[in-house]
Amino acid sequence: MGSYVPATSAEQQAMLSALGLESVEQLFDCVPPEVRISELNLPAGLSEMEVSRAVGKMAAANRRFDSCFRGAGAYRHYIPSIVKTVTSKEEFVTAYTPYQAEISQGVLQSIFEYQTQMCELTGMDVSNASVYDGATAAAEAVFMCEERRRSGVLVAETADPQVREVISTYCASRGVSVTTLPQRGGALDLDKLAEALTEQTASVYLQSPNYYGVLEDAAAVAEMAHAKGVKVIMGVNPISLGLLKTPAEYGADIAVGEGQPLGLPLGFGGPYLGFMTCRQALMRRLPGRIVGQTTDSAGKRCFVLTLQAREQHIRREKASSNICSNEALCAMTASVYLAAMGPQGLRRAAEGSAAHAHYLAEKLNALPGFALRYRKPFFHEFVTECPTEPTVLCAALAERGILGGLPLDGGLLWCCTELNDRGQIDELVEVLKEVCAL
Amino acid sequence: MKLIFERSRAGRGLSLLPECDVPKAEFDAAFLRESAPRLPEMSEVELGRHYTELAAETHGVNDGFYPLGSCTMKYNPRIDEELAALPDFADIHPLQPTESVQGCLEVLYRAEELLCEITGMDAMTFQPAAGAHGEYTGLLLIRAYHASRGNTERTKIIVPDSAHGTNPASAVMAGFKVVSVPSNAEGGVDLEALRAAVGPDTAGLMLTNPNTLGLFDPNILEITRIVHGAGGLCYYDGANLNAVMGRARPGDMGFDCVHVNLHKTFATPHGGGGPGSGPVGCKDFLAAFLPAPRVGRSESGYTLTQPPQSIGRVRSFYGNFLVVVRALAYIMTLGREGIPAASAGAVLNANYLMHALAGRYEMAYDGACMHEFVMTLEGLKHKTGASALDVAKRLLDFGIHPPTMYFPLIVHEALMVEPTETESPETLDSAAEIFLQVLDEAEANGESLHSAPHDCVISRPDEVAAARTPILRYAFDG
Amino acid sequence: MSEILKELKYTPSHEWVKEEDGLTVVGLSDFAQNALGDIVFINLPEEGSEVTAGEAFADVESVKAVSDVFSPVTGVVAAVNEELLDNPALVNEAPYESWLIKVSDVSETRELLDADAYGEVCAAEED
Repeated sequence: MGSYVPATSAEQQAMLSALGLESVEQLFDCVPPEVRISELNLPAGLSEMEVSRAVGKMAAANRRFDSCFRGAGAYRHYIPSIVKTVTSKEEFVTAYTPYQAEISQGVLQSIFEYQTQMCELTGMDVSNASVYDGATAAAEAVFMCEERRRSGVLVAETADPQVREVISTYCASRGVSVTTLPQRGGALDLDKLAEALTEQTASVYLQSPNYYGVLEDAAAVAEMAHAKGVKVIMGVNPISLGLLKTPAEYGADIAVGEGQPLGLPLGFGGPYLGFMTCRQALMRRLPGRIVGQTTDSAGKRCFVLTLQAREQHIRREKASSNICSNEALCAMTASVYLAAMGPQGLRRAAEGSAAHAHYLAEKLNALPGFALRYRKPFFHEFVTECPTEPTVLCAALAERGILGGLPLDGGLLWCCTELNDRGQIDELVEVLKEVCAL
Repeated sequence: MKLIFERSRAGRGLSLLPECDVPKAEFDAAFLRESAPRLPEMSEVELGRHYTELAAETHGVNDGFYPLGSCTMKYNPRIDEELAALPDFADIHPLQPTESVQGCLEVLYRAEELLCEITGMDAMTFQPAAGAHGEYTGLLLIRAYHASRGNTERTKIIVPDSAHGTNPASAVMAGFKVVSVPSNAEGGVDLEALRAAVGPDTAGLMLTNPNTLGLFDPNILEITRIVHGAGGLCYYDGANLNAVMGRARPGDMGFDCVHVNLHKTFATPHGGGGPGSGPVGCKDFLAAFLPAPRVGRSESGYTLTQPPQSIGRVRSFYGNFLVVVRALAYIMTLGREGIPAASAGAVLNANYLMHALAGRYEMAYDGACMHEFVMTLEGLKHKTGASALDVAKRLLDFGIHPPTMYFPLIVHEALMVEPTETESPETLDSAAEIFLQVLDEAEANGESLHSAPHDCVISRPDEVAAARTPILRYAFDG
Repeated sequence: MSEILKELKYTPSHEWVKEEDGLTVVGLSDFAQNALGDIVFINLPEEGSEVTAGEAFADVESVKAVSDVFSPVTGVVAAVNEELLDNPALVNEAPYESWLIKVSDVSETRELLDADAYGEVCAAEED
């Protein structure tokens, strides 16, 4: 068996003797015999080499696509080499939550830097230190907007379906009503929004670029919502903010999103990074950990976890969120990514993603049966029709080493990033022609 | 040290991406941001050094003894990191066709099998991303179960007063009211108070066992019987599973539902606060309510299935998958013999250290502990003026991460010590010496500890100023 | 020793109370602010909201704790001391000048203690 217990059995015996005991079994005398078990029905333990082989074999049973045209909430971008080097430093990897500021300045400062970067990206005043993922960030944001005289969220149907589902799960248990606003032509139907907004509504959740890649008329949504005193939560793709207008510029009150595109691998869905930023006025409603700057007793600048009285370990049943563990190392990853990219690099990633997507869209639109479904501005994703059954088409693409767009209502949701260069796109188009016998 | 923004120089940068090889996409100006985000502009070498400096100001498990009670700061095996980083896991899109992700599904399926055996549960979801997220998910299962039986009167969750703050907070998020029950003189659940608390409005009980005092509740079967007798369900907070894994199972104690913290018990790293993973296991009768999707197995391989009465999603995709890979590798390494050996090591180390300190430090409860123990420094504070905080801060000077302070709330001036099984006897001996030396200092001159630590990169920070006038981001304009 | 002003009334939960211009003014006693330590934030109710005698209407945050403030009366919040939102330290510095809320339309009042009786409550708690 493998083991990470340093003490030898002789040493353990000596320790037991010091306690006046003879066997380790006696340490468990306080556990009633009725609930004790003699042995678990588990396989025998393995050496490191055996584990490496066994788990490696599982990994090998996956199919990795070098050419990936699928996004829909998880995006493959180029990850700078330094990101992995920095974020695998064992001090960062193995540290606990930095409650002890004196020996945690490194982690605390990195979170403070992350918070600053997320504020810069989104244009907002305040950021927390992260939550689990983009979906739970959206759900937490809905709770932030609940007031004594206002309740309920209006959710655009054009938002990511998984995000909508998590919002629904969270809201159901708290008795917060969720109303889905229909789409028209791939974007939120503003007439339906106007009908649904009331003086009692707490918030609107809008995603832009939305699930179909379309850029919503976020300014109009914010204006309409604010006219009724309703808060606007905007879900955003952080890469797009290297180029596109910020949630703050659109007038949103809270910005949330999935931070995975910022240097985190696809990882079959996690760990990812939920980011949340907001206006100053909402600062104390922000859930989760927040790092603040202060000075030590000698007047030196330093950083601490602050505004802790909001949180569950102090407020207990009166806390607005139960979050404790977050995604600190993923936040650091995003922070290193943004520092490595810099403003120019991030813009290049955003422009490259958009450019490749538009290039592909044009090529596909010219193919019979692949017409663009929506005629609206989009970022790096778009929906086309599909002349055959989409899953069959994708299976054929997979045989050629390509992960095609995501099958969606008889069509396909395509995505490009800076990684999908011209060569990959041209190859995809050729394969599509061949497969569809066009 | 400098902030990364203070190191930035306009025009510097890395050359990471090529020029775009297709025409630029044109956007209406209304869609474009007015000014670029003020991200750092740095060379790779400066960037590397910045983070190396930050790492030097961070205390990880490999930097020294980390007896942080309730957090199980055990060693994080390197092989688990290496396996989680395999490109055949790391580069897999979560929405690939199931036939192309059989390896990932196998990881989830195997981890479910093993963890169900360890906890005595029948089914499990890996969607919850942390312990608190698991608590919330488990409580939603309980809620859905009662609702499915047409029972909407069960609105209360019973939580002992020694519980973690997440328990009551999760219960409220899940739409319940919290009923707090006191602990008895031995630190366990007060049975009479529990009997008085249960009733037709009881949805369930949340319990950590061993509890936050490091004590296994000897009445555990009676406790779960009382709750079941009243029609409620029992939720096991797996925060302290490290003490009993391989020796006793929540399922056999009468629990219906459990979360485990992969980042505590199963050796996945804490990452400075996360990512964790809080899979939730349950008995068969609750499996229909689990979040969708789950992993199943058919003749043609692993599949994704939808539980018929699912509570819905609590997170996108399948949870913190790469954390599950690490935990699976850890469980496979330890196996049948290693799992109980780990809990034995954890309990032995805790008792050994407690024994070494017990003559001098006052323990909150008499007798043996499980994987952690709680000391009360109330007497010391009265006598010398040195508080639990002072002692904890002084430990920092010796390279020891302080124990958990001022928790559980029912013990005054508490220090909660959890050595874990991955510390050697000589580390424990030297830690004991340091604890005793600090106590000597406190007794000689309590005042002298108020200014500790003396040898860290900073002295005590002004937390009051931080909270009164929050500065939560860098001010570019000075 | 905490300061207790003769001219004020008190609750056993350490709020001080006085009548002024037809309104009931409520604050935190010196004993309370001492026990709470450095106050970092006060969550105050909105003007126009209702408060109920014996129920919490605000909470006071220190760095590591949060404590409810209970209303001595049932009525409507006529004014809140917004200065405290920016400068909660005022309650530490001058607890008897730093009122929290003023209540109108008072329909019910808890039994209040005079300075002597309140002094006994404080003395008992200090033991």
